Amino acid sequence: MAIESLPPASPTPESLALLARLTEAVGISGGEAEVRDIVAEKLDPHAERMEIDALGNLLAFHRAPGDRRPKIMVCAHMDEVGMMISGIDKSGFLRFKPVGGLAIQTLGGRQVWIGREKIPGVIGLPPIHLLSEEKWKSELKVDDLRIDIGASSKEEAEEKVRLGAQVTFATRLHQQEGSIWAKALDDRLGVAILVELFQNPPPGIELLAAFTVQEEVGLRGAQAAAHRLQPDFGLALDCAPARDFPTWEGGKNDRYVSHLREGPAIYVMDGRTIADKRWVDLITRSAQENGIQYQIRQPLSGGTDAGALHLSREGVPSVSLSVPARHLHGPVGLIDVADWRAAARLVYASLANLPASDLWQAD
Amino acid sequence: MAHDVRLFLGELLQLPGVSAYESSVRERIRREWEPLVAEIADSPMGELQALKQGVGPSPRNSVMLAAHMDSIGLMVNGIQGDFLRVQSVGGIDPRVLPGCIVKVHGGRELIGEVFQPPKSCLPEKAQKGAPDLRYLLVDVGLPEAELRAAVEVGDLVTFASPVMDIGTGMLAGPSLDDRASVAALTLCLHELQGRPHAWDLIAVATTQEEVTAVGALHAAYSRRPSLAIAVDVTFGQAPDVPEHQAFPIGEGLTNGWGPNVHPAIFDALQKIADQEGIPITTEVMPGESGTDAELMQTAAGGIPTGVLSIPLRYMHTPVELVSMGEIEAAGKLLAAFVLHLEDDFVQKLSEVHIHGH
Repeated sequence: MAIESLPPASPTPESLALLARLTEAVGISGGEAEVRDIVAEKLDPHAERMEIDALGNLLAFHRAPGDRRPKIMVCAHMDEVGMMISGIDKSGFLRFKPVGGLAIQTLGGRQVWIGREKIPGVIGLPPIHLLSEEKWKSELKVDDLRIDIGASSKEEAEEKVRLGAQVTFATRLHQQEGSIWAKALDDRLGVAILVELFQNPPPGIELLAAFTVQEEVGLRGAQAAAHRLQPDFGLALDCAPARDFPTWEGGKNDRYVSHLREGPAIYVMDGRTIADKRWVDLITRSAQENGIQYQIRQPLSGGTDAGALHLSREGVPSVSLSVPARHLHGPVGLIDVADWRAAARLVYASLANLPASDLWQAD
Repeated sequence: MAHDVRLFLGELLQLPGVSAYESSVRERIRREWEPLVAEIADSPMGELQALKQGVGPSPRNSVMLAAHMDSIGLMVNGIQGDFLRVQSVGGIDPRVLPGCIVKVHGGRELIGEVFQPPKSCLPEKAQKGAPDLRYLLVDVGLPEAELRAAVEVGDLVTFASPVMDIGTGMLAGPSLDDRASVAALTLCLHELQGRPHAWDLIAVATTQEEVTAVGALHAAYSRRPSLAIAVDVTFGQAPDVPEHQAFPIGEGLTNGWGPNVHPAIFDALQKIADQEGIPITTEVMPGESGTDAELMQTAAGGIPTGVLSIPLRYMHTPVELVSMGEIEAAGKLLAAFVLHLEDDFVQKLSEVHIHGH
């Protein structure tokens, strides 16, 4: 049914500022503290209780209602793909390893931040003037790349950076007309939507918010969080790759995954899970009834926290709802503002409709 | 008040100035140079010529110091669906492009990103190895109709990476090749304020060095200086760069030696650097120097030329890196060189030709 008091269709200055803070935070898998601090600060006035579990997930609870309501775990992962410092050369250049499915071919010529202090560094390439054709025709390999922090010796570098320090792209959020460019939209955008949802929860449900860790290295945080929360239902908020690009030959691109500007993408099946059909129907119906644009994410490989959620304990009916985003896992991604807002509205409408749906009634 | 070179250079680096489209950079330099020189003149080839008069008897000799204000970049050469295709202006390793944030200078300035489409969108031969510029796309986040209204073939695309202060006294960003040297020339002009020199000084911010160097040609041909020095950047030592082809950052400027360089100018730069305590190394240039000095040397019946360079890492990438101290050293050395020019130096220039080095 049509839901009143949906979240706003345009971003507020506060929600934009929050998204900027979240995406500019440095938080690769296993090092999500900066993101968690921001989330905790935003949730604090609204939460009855917050917990940080053994893995670092932030779990937030509202006051438990007196009557039995559907317990819905909504999760968004705080971590991003990035790099980790793995060595320091004699001359002060830093070696690194990728964390998660980083787009290696985007590393050459980039600016990076090291650690929460955001120590600036660059990943340069040799001048093309000095490269053989063979060299510039071979793809970049991580082991050939270094981060330059302007240190002139190993000792100088060691004073600033320790082994294991986390590295992200040095990208500031930029809004241009109807689009937003930022790093780590996967999944700080989901985090931003979940913060907003928690601050203004739909009636009739018990919302269990899980800001998870280590999604990019195997959905690890979500496993522990789902075990702890024991939800009736699970929903993962994430970004879906929008690979809606033309093909070189001009033929139809039949592996687009999702399209930018066509609304949030509902997952039916990915590499990790087949979504609960009742969930899919509930979300599509909620979209239709509330005039919210949506699309079905093309069933292909890949996965979200829903893959871990649905396998928790005796199994949890789960689904993913994602904002289409281009150029994920690289220095800067791109989303459409309307897609973001439609996702925030659609998750709210769907959760508000859940208690009266066959998901809950059949339970 | 001391000239804030970091501030000026930071502003310069944010301006688009792809070869043959240097006007915004030129206007910023003009603003900086105008109070420091007697005359400043435009040219049909776009370079900025500034004259700081000498005090020697007329007709005076003149020294030209040239640094190029243009930079490498990209140009839109096609629109396909919601995306742009680009061609390079100057030499660019395509491997720096995927993931690169760019500015597209169409009807309005747009931020965009270069990317390589997934394999499923590429022909089989482009699915392996390094990216080929031909198959890369630029996304500005607009649907096709809006994109076509905003951008057309021939529009320029520049690296949008912000300037980054790095380590201690180092700077990283696009276009430091060769605006680092423009900053050095500016420092030289500041150094010379209130300090009379015998020769006329013609400071030039040249155009199109990355393609044909026509700006330097025009400046040399139209001014016919007694000698000319190209101020440019050279390869800084960095990972994967052969040590013998590069120079360590922060350990000195380089003084070009080879057929493009007049031996007397080489000697004079070395001597004055030694006197001033400015570290300088010989850079052997057995063929071309790859600088404005090439066309200046053969212009107008021949002009004695020198090449002074600032080591820079990661040349022609969006993260070129220099030491601010070396920009300052270059400015100081150039000023000292101008102050030391006596009338008999012209004699030395021809003696060397007769006796060899």
